[in-house]
Amino acid sequence: MNEPISHEIRTRWMITKTALAERLAYRGDFALGTLMRFLPIITQIFLWWAVFQSLSPSDPESAHISGYSFQDMVAYFLLTMLGRAFSSMPGLSSNIAKTIRDGEIKRYLVQPIDLLSFFFWSRVAHKIAYYLVAIIPFAIVFFMCRSYFTTPWLDVGTFTCFVFSLLFSFSLGFYLESCLGLIGFWMLEVSSLLFVYMLMQFFLSGHMFPLDLLPQPFSTIVGYLPIKYLAYFPAAVFLGKITGTALVIDMVMLIVWTAVFYVTARVMYRRGLEHYSGFGG
Amino acid sequence: MAIITIDQLTKSYRVYQKKEGLREAVRGLISREYKTVEAVRGISLRVEPGEFIAFLGPNGAGKTTTLKLLSGVIYPTSGTATVMGFVPWKRDLEYRRRFALVMGQKNQLWWDLPAQESFRLHQQIYCISLTDYQRTLDELTSLLDVRNLLGRPVRELSLGERMKMELIAALLHSPEVLFLDEPTIGLDVIAQRNIQQFLKHYQLERKITILLTSHYMKDVSALCQRVVVVAQGLVQYDGSLSGIIDGFSGQKLINLQLADGQSEAGLERFGEILKLDMPRVTFRCQKPMVSQVLAEILNTYQVDDIAVEDPPLEEVIANLFHSVSGSKGSASL
Repeated sequence: MNEPISHEIRTRWMITKTALAERLAYRGDFALGTLMRFLPIITQIFLWWAVFQSLSPSDPESAHISGYSFQDMVAYFLLTMLGRAFSSMPGLSSNIAKTIRDGEIKRYLVQPIDLLSFFFWSRVAHKIAYYLVAIIPFAIVFFMCRSYFTTPWLDVGTFTCFVFSLLFSFSLGFYLESCLGLIGFWMLEVSSLLFVYMLMQFFLSGHMFPLDLLPQPFSTIVGYLPIKYLAYFPAAVFLGKITGTALVIDMVMLIVWTAVFYVTARVMYRRGLEHYSGFGG
Repeated sequence: MAIITIDQLTKSYRVYQKKEGLREAVRGLISREYKTVEAVRGISLRVEPGEFIAFLGPNGAGKTTTLKLLSGVIYPTSGTATVMGFVPWKRDLEYRRRFALVMGQKNQLWWDLPAQESFRLHQQIYCISLTDYQRTLDELTSLLDVRNLLGRPVRELSLGERMKMELIAALLHSPEVLFLDEPTIGLDVIAQRNIQQFLKHYQLERKITILLTSHYMKDVSALCQRVVVVAQGLVQYDGSLSGIIDGFSGQKLINLQLADGQSEAGLERFGEILKLDMPRVTFRCQKPMVSQVLAEILNTYQVDDIAVEDPPLEEVIANLFHSVSGSKGSASL
């Protein structure tokens, strides 16, 4: 789109602002939903406590699984929760598929506005609204669990990598799920596909357990997949599990994967529109 | 210089032929039969700037498909079209800023927000200067009488109010060409009339070009000087509304009010009696016979009042649809 950049930026800001206002229209439900997401972490802490206790009934805190002590494990889950606060995109794929199926997509063909950009900035607004509500419970949980963070304070480099990994995990999550939603151009119903993806993400992103717990060769295979950047990677960076050259390679790979899914989403959108509009009859 | 030119435009879809029954459904998983549906089969049209045109036709005639082609939502199978010099399906940003499409209640408004928030976003998307925006919004909201509803969430508005907001959203950027697909569908009589009056006023004032599809003849007769009847994907008639009646109805209706004590006996020989509510009688008469019939009636009967009128437009159009589609019941008005 050959638009002046200032216009583009203002449009994006306007979309973000409007979506934010919409998000805040249902304050009560939204706040409750946000707080409820903290519940699973409590059950996970109890579950892992039981696991460590079974390993060493007399002194569970001294037990280790693949280099993770109980403290490390709790810290890991808290950090994946933070990572998922950036990378998870509830309802994005199904929304895109619905927009296509219900014909609402016409709007993006008739008005001078781009669907992917519109959804991206709406999603930024969703996230901002989420952080506004979640920041207090997040702070409380992290404060209460501060003793579990046994690693010393991060150096500036690692911390920068951590912040970057969170921001890129947002973009990666967005374009990855956009691609799934855009399949809606060719398939009427994508919900089973989304279910399979959700299951895969649950296990392979590191949401359920640290990925380095996996035996070989699964650990290596999962290491090559983009899904690990959605939860495992930011947490592992923070905990100092990935350092030096490995960290640099992973950061580059995260950027490459984001670019790959960005380009894929763009190409799918263009092809999908041609398909939708009956290009070539 | 025409603002819209359409030349031999066609559009066919390939649709999956689903057959009845489980066995056929299972077979459909392996091999599918497709059928080609020709929605538009060669429409040609020229529209001059400032015209207000109605597209009439039975359901499935190709009206909406034509509007979709002209707004660039779909590609044609063959043929060409330009609107303001743009080829619609190239979807130039410049083109998108200069026309608008309103399709029924497929809304462009944010459901949970007041309409004014959606309008603000439109201001930005369409690069409307703040002064233009304010002026246009003031004008449109006062014409449609919705100024006090601007701050109310769209979900709380009635259907008619929502349609008005949709129209405002579509007109904020002062489009030169407006495509309206059934703008009054589902609205009550008052809301319909409000929208008609608004469109009439707005079109006269701004001299914009409007293409409208509607099933309500009241919309059409109130608004459009020119009517294009589409059926089976082809233009069947292009001309004035009164021309349809002249061209497609060979009949007139004669209303009689007989004097006291007169009997209606014998009137049936002049034509089919449609309504008998003594002393009033309405019957149908072939057009060339009208003067002869009138003379004979006045000679034979004592009449208090007599009037000759055209059959209702709905009936003429239904007959027209019926004659071109060749099957009864496909003409829905």
